[in-house]
Amino acid sequence: MAQLGIDDLRRILIACAGEDDSIDLTGDILDISFEDLGYDSLALMESTARIKQEYGIDLSDDAVGDVETPRALLDLVNATEVAAA
Amino acid sequence: MTRRVVITGIGVRAPGGNGTKAFWDLLSNGRTATRNISFFDASQFRSRIAGEVDFDAVAEGFSPREIRRMDRATQFAVACTRDALADSGLDLGSVDPHRVGVSLGSAVASATSLENEYLVMSDAGKSWEVDPAYLSPHMFDYLSPGVMPAEVAWEVGAEGPVTMVSDGCTSGLDSVGYAVQLIREGTVDTVVAGAADTPVSPIVVACFDAIKATTTRNDDPAHASRPFDGTRNGFVLAEGAAMFVLEEYEAAKKRGAHIYAEVGGYATRCNAHHMTGLRKDGREMAEAIRVSLDEARLDGTTIDYINAHGSGTKQNDRHETAAFKRSLGDHAYNVPVSSIKSMVGHSLGAIGSVEIAASLLAIEHNVVPPTANLHTPDPECDLDYVPLTAREQRVDTVLTVGSGFGGFQSAMVLHRPEVASV
Amino acid sequence: MSTVITGIGAVTPNGLGAEEFWKATLAGHNAVKELTGFDVSKYASRLAGQITDYDAKAHLPSRLLPQTDVSTRYALTAAAWALENAGVTEETLPDYDMGTVTSNALGGFEFTHQEFNKLWSKGSEFVSVYESFAWFYAVNTGQISIRHKLRGPSAALVGEQAGGLDAIGHARRTVRRGTKLVVSGGVDAAFDPWGWASQLAGGLVSTVADPEAAYLPFDERAAGYVPGEGGAILIAEDSASALERGAPQIYGEIAGYASTFDPKPESGREPGLRRAAELAIEDAGLVPADIDVVFADASGLPDKDREEAAALRAIFGVRGVAVTAPKALTGRMYAGGGPADLVAALLSIRDGVVPASGHSSRIPEEYGIDLVVGEPRTKPVGAALVLARGRWGFNSAVVVTRHSN
Repeated sequence: MAQLGIDDLRRILIACAGEDDSIDLTGDILDISFEDLGYDSLALMESTARIKQEYGIDLSDDAVGDVETPRALLDLVNATEVAAA
Repeated sequence: MTRRVVITGIGVRAPGGNGTKAFWDLLSNGRTATRNISFFDASQFRSRIAGEVDFDAVAEGFSPREIRRMDRATQFAVACTRDALADSGLDLGSVDPHRVGVSLGSAVASATSLENEYLVMSDAGKSWEVDPAYLSPHMFDYLSPGVMPAEVAWEVGAEGPVTMVSDGCTSGLDSVGYAVQLIREGTVDTVVAGAADTPVSPIVVACFDAIKATTTRNDDPAHASRPFDGTRNGFVLAEGAAMFVLEEYEAAKKRGAHIYAEVGGYATRCNAHHMTGLRKDGREMAEAIRVSLDEARLDGTTIDYINAHGSGTKQNDRHETAAFKRSLGDHAYNVPVSSIKSMVGHSLGAIGSVEIAASLLAIEHNVVPPTANLHTPDPECDLDYVPLTAREQRVDTVLTVGSGFGGFQSAMVLHRPEVASV
Repeated sequence: MSTVITGIGAVTPNGLGAEEFWKATLAGHNAVKELTGFDVSKYASRLAGQITDYDAKAHLPSRLLPQTDVSTRYALTAAAWALENAGVTEETLPDYDMGTVTSNALGGFEFTHQEFNKLWSKGSEFVSVYESFAWFYAVNTGQISIRHKLRGPSAALVGEQAGGLDAIGHARRTVRRGTKLVVSGGVDAAFDPWGWASQLAGGLVSTVADPEAAYLPFDERAAGYVPGEGGAILIAEDSASALERGAPQIYGEIAGYASTFDPKPESGREPGLRRAAELAIEDAGLVPADIDVVFADASGLPDKDREEAAALRAIFGVRGVAVTAPKALTGRMYAGGGPADLVAALLSIRDGVVPASGHSSRIPEEYGIDLVVGEPRTKPVGAALVLARGRWGFNSAVVVTRHSN
């Protein structure tokens, strides 16, 4: 299973929650908070559900609740075992 | 001179027993009626608990034709309407039908029937296109929920304004608030108002699963709804309904009606913040409370009991507590606050009316219903939430509030007519 | 104290934007066509008033797209146009002085259809987080209020096809109770396969295949209605406040409103439409002779058309008032129909011209109504009565008048 990269995450965020017109997501966004990127808790919930659907990676609610940046989310995703099919 | 509005009849269908008496028995004894979902196999869902109503349409007197035609929520509304009318003693034959209105709240209306019909038409949900060969003649009634207040209007012969107020989870407060406005402005003298929702259906369970708003305490369904408790982790979905007869005060007095309470004030505001999120400060709910007290011409210190929204989500209970403090100041610490959702769950658009019923009965019996399942304090919820046991005390004035998706924040002040400072 | 309309926005099969809608309406452009998007060949009815030129990305921020049904996108777009037209921004008035009251009859139906489909074909974990609000009837009120920071009293009303006028009536009530400005109106859409089938289940949709003959209100060939999508959002405002802030224009005053419900079927009592119209005229402080044009409900069903014609004769006398039904060109937009007619009525007042009633032409003599057919009719309009009926017995009426200071 390929690891999730920033480009994958960017694609998922845009598909699940669109993008704030005033923010350039193509730049280096790894350490910008989701809040500053214009994403709220619903956007993150929809995105983590999509990550589970596409990659089989099931993140715990509590862990996702603590995540504030794309880097932290990617680290969490890539540290989590793929659920047995 | 302002026309005053009073409530003279109550009908309730709620988890834990049908009818007003069973409902009050449950609340005043602090029993809970939440249980494992029995209506369908809920094993795939994150939250598998609900407040289900043991409703027998045949025993309720519905004909087979009516049962086929009416969605479950409509049946609830009509059953409650019959009870409320009987309770009020109002002879509608003696009233001009043009002067009678209907205001019915519901958030998801015919959700149950929609889902059933969808499965029939779409090869059990597998197909995006549907097969018109399996189209129910009642499908339009489920598509467009205007049929719900229409059925209530036919039941009572109302020919004044008839509408559905669908403000999400404040629908049941706002539908009664709408009715109050119709009577006050002189459009009608009587309104049959209330709300019904029967959302214990897979699609509704799934959508609250998705946003993690419902509790996962699946191993302990009777104690799963924990408003204001430090261990709360979401609400318990429920079904329910309550309908009322609202009348112009002088007319009700003249016919010698039993008056449960006067609707002194009502207000609603939007938080314009987020479809599901709440800001911590409770600013808009506080404003709705302030305006409804102003309308009732009562000071916040006259409130004897607050019937809270108390859904049992982390954010709601904190938000609401902040709103009480912001609107009532120090009195917030002195007034008992409770959430009946701890016992009957959260019936979405219906719960506002179910909670009005509880508020009226609190006045009627001079008893404050408790918040069940409240054992662990939460530092952010530091008011008197009447844990576990009902409290006997004088109740003349009740504040009941609601909060819902879309940002709606509503408040209503109910009081004995003689409390009014007119 | 009066309530005036200071801004209008429309998203309709006959044009995006109130002025485009008005131009197409006056030109008699017919928006009724075969429904696209899925295979309609297995359905007895295939014609619809469909919006085909709306690109959501061009009108709304991308953040709003994944969470909204098409009907909510129309509502948000119409609301933004109406507010812009009225010269209103978040800063125009304190936040509690601006509210939102909208109507929809069908909810976010296509969105919820997708989620039903995901739930039952893939499983509950595939259901979107947005389903919890994109479906329900309050969604347009909530989304408009959030986007424009309107924190005043707000509501969502459902009254089938009459609900849009009830929203306008409740907006006026809300202004009278002290809120200075209310964004109000209605929008609907349900042209997904399940939504289409469900609309046909009502049994009132025309099965005529000719787009120019499918929906012919008051015509002897009337055979049902054609469903439409879209609607209109208007800005209802306290007149003193509108003048004080220098509103760019006042289209007219919401002078009268009433709503009634028909007696239970088979009761033998008179239907409630006449009473709704009379109450609204009385509420406006007018008499029937003051009304220059009636925008009829125009159901397109022979018995309902006859009923409405009888009500109009009883109020205005035989051929006593100009009657029009421009919704024949767009199809019936459910909760959007009344508000769209209201926009047309206000522009009739502004321009002194009454649009024609689509392709209706052979009006039974016994109806006794002066239906504007063929070409628009030039005439001064000082007061217009807009009627809307909904299935099961809803009747609503609004009187708008030219505003004079």
